[in-house]
Amino acid sequence: MTSEPLLKVEDLRVRFYTLRGVVHALEQVSFHLNRQETLGLAGETGCGKSVTARAILRLIDPPGRIERGAIHFEGRNLLKAREAEMRRIRGSQISMIMQEPKVSINPVIRVGKQIAETLLIHDKSLNRRSARRQAVDMLAQVGIPDPGKMSRRYPHELSGGMSQRVMIAMMLVTRPKLLIADEPTSALDVTIQAQILELMKSLVREIKTSVLMITHDLGVMAETCDRVAVMYAGNVVEMGSVRDVLKTPKHPYTQSLLQTVPDNANPDQPLFSIKGNVPSLLEPQTNCVFAPRCEYAMNRCVREKPGSYAINDGHQAACFLMVEKEK
Amino acid sequence: MVQYLARRLVTLTITLIGIMVITFFIALVVPLDPLAAIAGPQAPQETVERLRKLYGFDQPVYVQFGRYLYRLAHGDLGTSFQTGRPVLEDILHFFPATLELATLALAIAILVGIPLGVLSAVYRNSPLDHFSRVLSLVGVSMPVFWLGLVLMLIFYFKLGWLPEPGRLDIMLIDPPRVTGMLLIDAVIAGDGEVFWDGIRHMILPATVLGLFGLAGIARIVRSSMLDVLSQEYIKTARIKGLNEFLVLTRHALRNALVPTVTIIGLTYGGLLEGSVLTETIFSWPGLGRYLAQAFLTLDLNAVVGGTMLVALTFSLVNLAVDLLYAFLNPKITYTE
Amino acid sequence: MKMNQTASHTLDKSDVRHKRFEARVRYIKDSYVLWRRNHLMMIGTFIILFLIIVAILAPLLATHDPYDQILSDRLSPPSLAYYFGTDSLGRDLYSRIVYGARVTLTIAFLVAFISMPIGTVIGVTAGWFGGAIDEILMRLSDVFLAFPRLILAIAFAAALGPGVENAIIAIAVANWPSYARLARAETLSVKNNDYIQVIRMLGASNLRIMVGHITPMCMSSIIVRMSLDMGTIILTAAGLGFLGLGAQPPMPEWGLMVSDGRQFLVDQWWVSTLPGFAILIVVMGFNLLGDGIRDILDPHQRQS
Repeated sequence: MTSEPLLKVEDLRVRFYTLRGVVHALEQVSFHLNRQETLGLAGETGCGKSVTARAILRLIDPPGRIERGAIHFEGRNLLKAREAEMRRIRGSQISMIMQEPKVSINPVIRVGKQIAETLLIHDKSLNRRSARRQAVDMLAQVGIPDPGKMSRRYPHELSGGMSQRVMIAMMLVTRPKLLIADEPTSALDVTIQAQILELMKSLVREIKTSVLMITHDLGVMAETCDRVAVMYAGNVVEMGSVRDVLKTPKHPYTQSLLQTVPDNANPDQPLFSIKGNVPSLLEPQTNCVFAPRCEYAMNRCVREKPGSYAINDGHQAACFLMVEKEK
Repeated sequence: MVQYLARRLVTLTITLIGIMVITFFIALVVPLDPLAAIAGPQAPQETVERLRKLYGFDQPVYVQFGRYLYRLAHGDLGTSFQTGRPVLEDILHFFPATLELATLALAIAILVGIPLGVLSAVYRNSPLDHFSRVLSLVGVSMPVFWLGLVLMLIFYFKLGWLPEPGRLDIMLIDPPRVTGMLLIDAVIAGDGEVFWDGIRHMILPATVLGLFGLAGIARIVRSSMLDVLSQEYIKTARIKGLNEFLVLTRHALRNALVPTVTIIGLTYGGLLEGSVLTETIFSWPGLGRYLAQAFLTLDLNAVVGGTMLVALTFSLVNLAVDLLYAFLNPKITYTE
Repeated sequence: MKMNQTASHTLDKSDVRHKRFEARVRYIKDSYVLWRRNHLMMIGTFIILFLIIVAILAPLLATHDPYDQILSDRLSPPSLAYYFGTDSLGRDLYSRIVYGARVTLTIAFLVAFISMPIGTVIGVTAGWFGGAIDEILMRLSDVFLAFPRLILAIAFAAALGPGVENAIIAIAVANWPSYARLARAETLSVKNNDYIQVIRMLGASNLRIMVGHITPMCMSSIIVRMSLDMGTIILTAAGLGFLGLGAQPPMPEWGLMVSDGRQFLVDQWWVSTLPGFAILIVVMGFNLLGDGIRDILDPHQRQS
């Protein structure tokens, strides 16, 4: 077994050239995902998580542009691949499930057919009947009762939870190596959320897929991820095992983020919110992005941009405090 | 689905009865005395009176309506004053020519309109898009009769590329009548020359007739494609690794066609209207021209019979369109 | 003391009036901005304004009397004397087209302002009362809608006899059902508004509700439909004129003029072509205007 990570994103920079100005969506994103591991990509809305996901699939449309960096998947740099190659990879090697399943499935085609479609796209030798059968099997695997009958249903006849299961079926039926899950439970009821996460965990174990779990919910992160990368305004600010990051966060942003989680033990405590605002992505970044809101900001933070500094094995943070500590 | 169909048929029947009432009412309201027209300006009053008794115009309204319904039930639409033949026979004789022309026009409208709309949406704001939008606007604003005259002027009189108005070259003989549709009959008879000549004669009128529909279809396909292409499920299709062409046709277009179908019904209505004017200009021996002349000469029986047939056809087409819409859009649960 | 204190969050009457006024002004300003941004609509508006001006100033703009026949100059090509040439009876085509603007506008507006109120009244009544009234009225409008509009108009025009007045009635008869349908749909959608329920509970009569509240709520859709409809009305009127069922000679109606020039198409193309071109421009103008009005009044578009 190689210790080569399945996915390695290096120094990714994505910009959107809009009428209102240049949006620096991703400034300097680097992380890696190992095989059969679930990496969480955590952060607030707008920090660049979804853009990262789309960049991996090379589905960034104009006016967006991937300006710099490399995305190594199984050794190959996806940013240098031809479109035809990317199409082969999408859906069969790398899949993505999205936040709102009800609008993400074609309303005029039966769900079974849509699941079978993923198979048929990537296996030209497969015949339709066999693909449909596999689709029904997949529906059973994602826990949908009476899968044969359900496969002939239309999306609007399904509930939110069932739609998400269908989506999972559609994207996992080809046994991809990497599954990107973009806020898969955010649009669901809390009770359904737990079910879907359970389903995902068991399927992932069974199929031996690696998962990039994008979420803003720290609870989801804690429950499903092995490692975590925390993003803020287009940068990865901290990365490490779930335990390390949640128990001993080193980056001031991560620390503040964890403080915002309401404490059930002291329900009367006023809720903590990080002072200041998320910076506008229209500004170019010449220094540490979090500096304006950071309690520990030093002179250096306002002048230079920090790189990623190791804290211990596997745990790193993009903060000059790490460097100062070494001294 | 079946209940929906049944309910629509009931509505249709009621509508048909209403149609019959209205067309009868139209005929009744005619102030000018068509009998005087038949009898001739010099005819003495008693001749007109005799004619009136003969045609039953002296009876009270409800009796006339009763007789009218009775005759309808027996398929008797009366005799045309113009041609002297039974109206039903006239209609059956002229209908295929219109059907042929309208079908070709509809084909042009759909086969050119849909791709144009799709390309317009996909390549938004490109020169093609601008051209197509201008064409749509002009097509929808153009008086059909004017377009016919202008195109005839350019392509026949000035350039000579296309043949004279009419269905067939005077020198050629019609093939034996099987369906009444020239092209099909020519194929059946194996007459290649007639077939090609027939097509050449159809190009101009079919284009003129079809332009309005083409413009309307292109417009709506463009707008609904733009709408569909911004939807999430299109992204999903791309994530699956589907190639762009299939994304457009299998996923996008399939959704965009749903609102387009309703336009087809309207387009058909436009074709029926347009055929009255187009056939007049191009001397096309079809129902439209027959109807136009019937209106002008106040050939009552022909007016009533022809109008009713048009309304009937239009209603059936609308019913078909509604059924097609329900079929295409799975969200409709067949309760209105 | 306490009774006289008005709570700080309520407004007194003059404040209400002022705020309403402000809101209306803002609406109008936003509409103006949207209008200016939409270039196509501006073109449409200018075309229509141009048409209206031509119609009003016709006597000043025309070079000849549109009915004046100078037979020695019949069928002469466009020249400095006759800008658009003359027709088969030696009448100046340019002047006839200019005066034709009056005819066209009159027909269009009369048809619209006859069919729209009738259709709206029927639609709102059907929608509000529901039940048997709704069924009857809707079946009635269905019957009218079963005919393609031009055909129905031709039929009525033929029945009523030739002439502009009859043509106007005929087209209006063919036109009202679509307004009725629209008004009914709008009525149905607002019928169960809380706002309407409150007014009912306050004891307002049916008539008051229908006229004072429901009808205004329908108006924006109706206006959009009307502006989009104008083009079709003009085309129908021209069609009737062309067939000889509408305006009668010697009236300078554009459709009639196209028909007049038909026999001379080959050599004296201007007699048919130019009036038809006028129809095209005017209908395009109304269509552009209508599209623009729809964009402005459509609440979705306003968000941007």
